[in-house]
Amino acid sequence: MLISTIVITLLGLAFGLGLGWAAIRFRITSDPLVDRIDALLPQTQCAQCGYPGCRPYAEAISKEEADINQCPPGGEATIRTLADLLGREPKPLNSENGEEKPKTLVVIDEQRCIGCTLCIQACPVDAIVGAAKLMHTVIESECTGCNLCLPPCPVDCIDIVDIETDILHWRSPRPDAGIIKVVMQ
Amino acid sequence: MTHATPDELAREAGKRTHHFHGGLRLRHNKKISCQDPVERPPLPEILIVPLLQHAGDIAEPFVNVGDHVLKGQTIGQYQSCAAIHSPVSGRVEAIEDRLMSHPSGQHGPCVVIRPDGKEQWIDLKPVIDWPDAKPEKLIEKMRDCGLAGLGGAVFPTHTKTRNGLDRNIHTLILNGAECEPYISCDEMLMREHPEKIILGARILRRALGAERVVIGIEDQMGAVQEALTRAADKAECKSVSVVKVTTIYPEGGERQLIQVLTGLEVPADGRPADLGMVCQNVATAAAVADAVAEGKPLIERYVTVSGNGISHPRNLLALLGTSFSHLVEHCGGYTDDVVRLIVGGPIMGYPVASDSAPVVKASNCILALTEQDTAVPQPEMPCIRCGECARVCPAILLPQQLHLQIKNGLWNELEEYGLSACIECGCCDLVCPSHIPLVEWFRWGKGQQTQRSLESSATDQARKRFTDREQRLLRIKQQRAEKMSRRKQMLKDKATQQESIRAAIERAEKKSHIQRDTADDT
Repeated sequence: MLISTIVITLLGLAFGLGLGWAAIRFRITSDPLVDRIDALLPQTQCAQCGYPGCRPYAEAISKEEADINQCPPGGEATIRTLADLLGREPKPLNSENGEEKPKTLVVIDEQRCIGCTLCIQACPVDAIVGAAKLMHTVIESECTGCNLCLPPCPVDCIDIVDIETDILHWRSPRPDAGIIKVVMQ
Repeated sequence: MTHATPDELAREAGKRTHHFHGGLRLRHNKKISCQDPVERPPLPEILIVPLLQHAGDIAEPFVNVGDHVLKGQTIGQYQSCAAIHSPVSGRVEAIEDRLMSHPSGQHGPCVVIRPDGKEQWIDLKPVIDWPDAKPEKLIEKMRDCGLAGLGGAVFPTHTKTRNGLDRNIHTLILNGAECEPYISCDEMLMREHPEKIILGARILRRALGAERVVIGIEDQMGAVQEALTRAADKAECKSVSVVKVTTIYPEGGERQLIQVLTGLEVPADGRPADLGMVCQNVATAAAVADAVAEGKPLIERYVTVSGNGISHPRNLLALLGTSFSHLVEHCGGYTDDVVRLIVGGPIMGYPVASDSAPVVKASNCILALTEQDTAVPQPEMPCIRCGECARVCPAILLPQQLHLQIKNGLWNELEEYGLSACIECGCCDLVCPSHIPLVEWFRWGKGQQTQRSLESSATDQARKRFTDREQRLLRIKQQRAEKMSRRKQMLKDKATQQESIRAAIERAEKKSHIQRDTADDT
């Protein structure tokens, strides 16, 4: 009786210590759910969801403070994948946050730019290069189309442009999109 | 009874023929364009050579407007991809966006050349000692001569050969099984120039280090087998065998042909090289012979001009850059009831908006169809899950399932069901009783898959740039705060303050001393 009590106590202590050590050694600093939600968001950091960026929005979703339908750049596809991940019902995009639009880019009209650097400070992904009193320009390949550089510009020299699909990035059209077959005259 | 191992089967390619799953027996319609010998149409007035003709990016032009170019001169190349050459000697009139032969119907960069009629060649540099040359040298020659798969996929030949070089290839398969209806350019080439194909086969065999060459042709191709065998005998080439395969569309697909010749399936995510084989089109082999043995770059190809909308269907040897209208004109023009022009075959080809588009390395056929040929598109009905599409699919996929998943955007499932293994042969389309344009859905789905993977890497990049920026801003903020606190500390400390004032005064005095001394000197 005594021996078994001692053995069990010792075992309990050993396991307890082991678990305690593991809890410190293998501590997870970030919430894995937040990471997984963040991975599904479009990373425009546009703040249309009402949070300062994609990660804060992901944190809010994981805490159930925010709904899954507040991301206009991600649109329906993102809502659906989020619903899948969280086991919730998909719902239409909340129109208060904005509309789903095709991705665009911004272009700086270099003639009008005065080199104030305000847009450089606003760009969340460092996609604008330039220096004070020198012309700025947008690195097209890095621009996410968040349009955050537009409001701070004092001379309104930034324009939103559609992405042109060149022949290399051409994709077959959707068959039910009403494409009329080419007929020769 | 012992079963042969996959390796043994692969090494015995062509000794027995096998079957692939599904496929269809189609009406051939090839005879109409095989009646006359192949000839060259007269030199066109103007040639439009697109700078995008094969895998890779748009080629960089090497010439300027106004330059005089010679026949066979390199006019563009993208990095170390296959080069693009001038098909004639003449003057570069423009380098501008013109209508390309591309399913998008878009314009793209082209070099416009006006021939001077002299047909002056560049200095041709053949590899005369090719039987003893190093494979690397032959591969380099293929690249410089702009060779690409002429079966329609235009994958650069030098890349395919180089990839095969390190893979211990034992068999080279030449694909002469031109399975799509109407197209007969490879058949005519094999009939008229079998010796060129055999020579090309020997050069490719040398470049790959392969032991055997198997030429697969259709069983309906009349005298082709005899012509090829005779040419092989004449060249005293014992390693070449010509095998007739049963005509079941799409037996000319690379994977299908290999399955027919060996009974082995090329893994969906693999390549023929995994079985120790490399597959090339017969026309590519002929181009290899021209390039290596004669030094001639790829500037012309056989093109079938056929269909009920053409007055006199035939095969032509067309310079790359010749407009379709020029070729059609040489075939007696259109008939009155022509309604549609298609580049490629009736199943896998795509319609073009205008016949001003030029012949490129990929154009094997120009097809003019009449109203009768272009069946009125039936209204699409819902899928009744009859399974007919799965029965005919040569890639052993489940088209009805893929269609459902694409329509509903189930992209992860699509990968499991193997959308990428679809060869877009169109068999499922042809048999579907509900007239669902399955292949068009699959093409769209594949495009979306590519787009999605591009977007996801762009998203990862954006995330990385954002977090990097956040960290940088934080670091700068901290550094500033530190600096400020250090300064404040210094100001607070009376002793150091006094010390620094004294130091400053001393410095100033020293300076004025020096100035006075130098003033005295002068």
